Amino acid sequence: MKIVVLVKHAPDPSATVRYADDLTVDRASVDGHLSELDEYAVEQAVSLVEKGLPATVTYLTMGPEGAVDGLRKALAMGGDDAVHISDEALHGSDSLSTSLVLSKALERIGFDLVVCGMASTDGEMSVLPAMLADRLGVPQVTFASALSVDNGAVTIRRDADSAVEEVVATLPALVSVTDQSGEARYPSFKSIIAGRKKPVTTWTLADLGVEPALVGAAGAASVVRSAAPKPPRGSGEVIVDDGQAATQIADFLVAQKLL
Amino acid sequence: MAEVLALVERTDGSVRKASLELLALARRLGEPAAVVYGPAEDAVVKTLGDHGATRVYSVDHPELAEFLVAPKADALVTVIRRTTPAAVLVTAGREGTEVAARAAVRLDSGIITNAVDVTAGDGGPLVTQSVFSGTWTTQSQVVRGTPIITVRPNAAAPEVVPVEPVVESVPVEIAETSRASRIANHVPKTGTGRPDLADAAVVISGGRGMGSAEAFGLLEELADAMGGAVAASRAATDLGWYGHDFQIGQTGKTVAPQLYLASGISGAIQHRAGMQGSRTIVAINKDPNAPIFGIADLGVVGDAHTVLPALIAEVQRRKA
Repeated sequence: MKIVVLVKHAPDPSATVRYADDLTVDRASVDGHLSELDEYAVEQAVSLVEKGLPATVTYLTMGPEGAVDGLRKALAMGGDDAVHISDEALHGSDSLSTSLVLSKALERIGFDLVVCGMASTDGEMSVLPAMLADRLGVPQVTFASALSVDNGAVTIRRDADSAVEEVVATLPALVSVTDQSGEARYPSFKSIIAGRKKPVTTWTLADLGVEPALVGAAGAASVVRSAAPKPPRGSGEVIVDDGQAATQIADFLVAQKLL
Repeated sequence: MAEVLALVERTDGSVRKASLELLALARRLGEPAAVVYGPAEDAVVKTLGDHGATRVYSVDHPELAEFLVAPKADALVTVIRRTTPAAVLVTAGREGTEVAARAAVRLDSGIITNAVDVTAGDGGPLVTQSVFSGTWTTQSQVVRGTPIITVRPNAAAPEVVPVEPVVESVPVEIAETSRASRIANHVPKTGTGRPDLADAAVVISGGRGMGSAEAFGLLEELADAMGGAVAASRAATDLGWYGHDFQIGQTGKTVAPQLYLASGISGAIQHRAGMQGSRTIVAINKDPNAPIFGIADLGVVGDAHTVLPALIAEVQRRKA
């Protein structure tokens, strides 16, 4: 059985992000790391195998050169090998073209189960799992807070706002997991070394048979017209409670017409 | 004038406030029309008409509730193909976002998510987003296909502009590949009796500094006195003090209420990402160096366990 985990190398959440002149995120100027929410996907895939599922785990990422760091972090946590899609023409790709490229790569790798995080920590769109399932024509089993694979089927627990659902689909299928699915492991020194020796293959758009005109800024169906740093939200008054704080808060709420 | 579709969500049969906000935004862009999954009951049609929907498209199919997301995307795409709208607005949330994502792929249309504002612009709707934990504001446009936009709750106020809607029932075929992820079990969550967190005008939130699950009772009391919802930081939900459904922040919900009162929350960047769009922020924390004070309109250095009971009494007294 073949499990493919999608991972993204994203700017560190505490880093100061800038937009470049072409209104894309300036990824070269910030420290990146494996998107924290993808660590949960890696964890689930690796632990499925540890629990006895006879499967290999391949990581797939798309991004500039530095994206390999994300793959290495995932490989340190476990798994077998990785594929990095890297091509100058991908710069400025939107979610539609990203899902197109990733779907072609998934078809080429072959899979029984695709595991994704619930969102990237930079774009935070949460659209790729649904888009990929649609393009690949496989069941979408998303926002899993628990996951099991048995008898050629995947079962998840999906926590929706108004209900808790159990969702079942036949493999091949695509799963996304939430931060509730289980704490991600911390790789040991030994596993980091082992991860460095695992094979990473690089593919270009030509390898995937995707026309460069369909991706990048040229192929984007949505464009950023302007980007401006938000002025920091100024802090207001800070008072120290001397027994009158409740009255002071209530007065403030009345002044703000909130009470 | 071209129609602009608003995808309606219902909780316990009644139209979500966020859906009415979509209709207000749709009015800026064209003629607002509503899409409803399931039968369009009279009360629902009246509410939508009161908020400006000139048409209500009802798509009803038993399989909409039987399989995850994909049949709902089939239904929405059917309505979009039939009406060729100027834009489609969907409330940002797990299911809505995924329905929108699939529709974008099927129609090869651009999608922009988590809008905090939408206005009419040259060449299509201009969509404002608050990105990178709220540190940047961007404006974007869809340049191919039908603009599909997911909108955060509280991006606009509902507007009462009564019209008599035309109700149209749209037949839909569910694709074979959409009958794939079967919902084997569906257990509704019991309501809290408080406003829906995403829609609430007042959010009373607690963190690690609350010290215990029991202390959240104080937050509930204050929320009830103010007609608000209760929320928690990830630290508090991970400790099991309050349900994960009520978690604010990057992996939880993003809220933008009129008032966000943070009690015992230090204000890590992941938490701020989920609440700094709030109009007014009040913070109570024992630690004078807590980052939350950097974004609070009013900060109180003090113990929540003494400030909150006094505040509850004060609010009740002034409301009486």
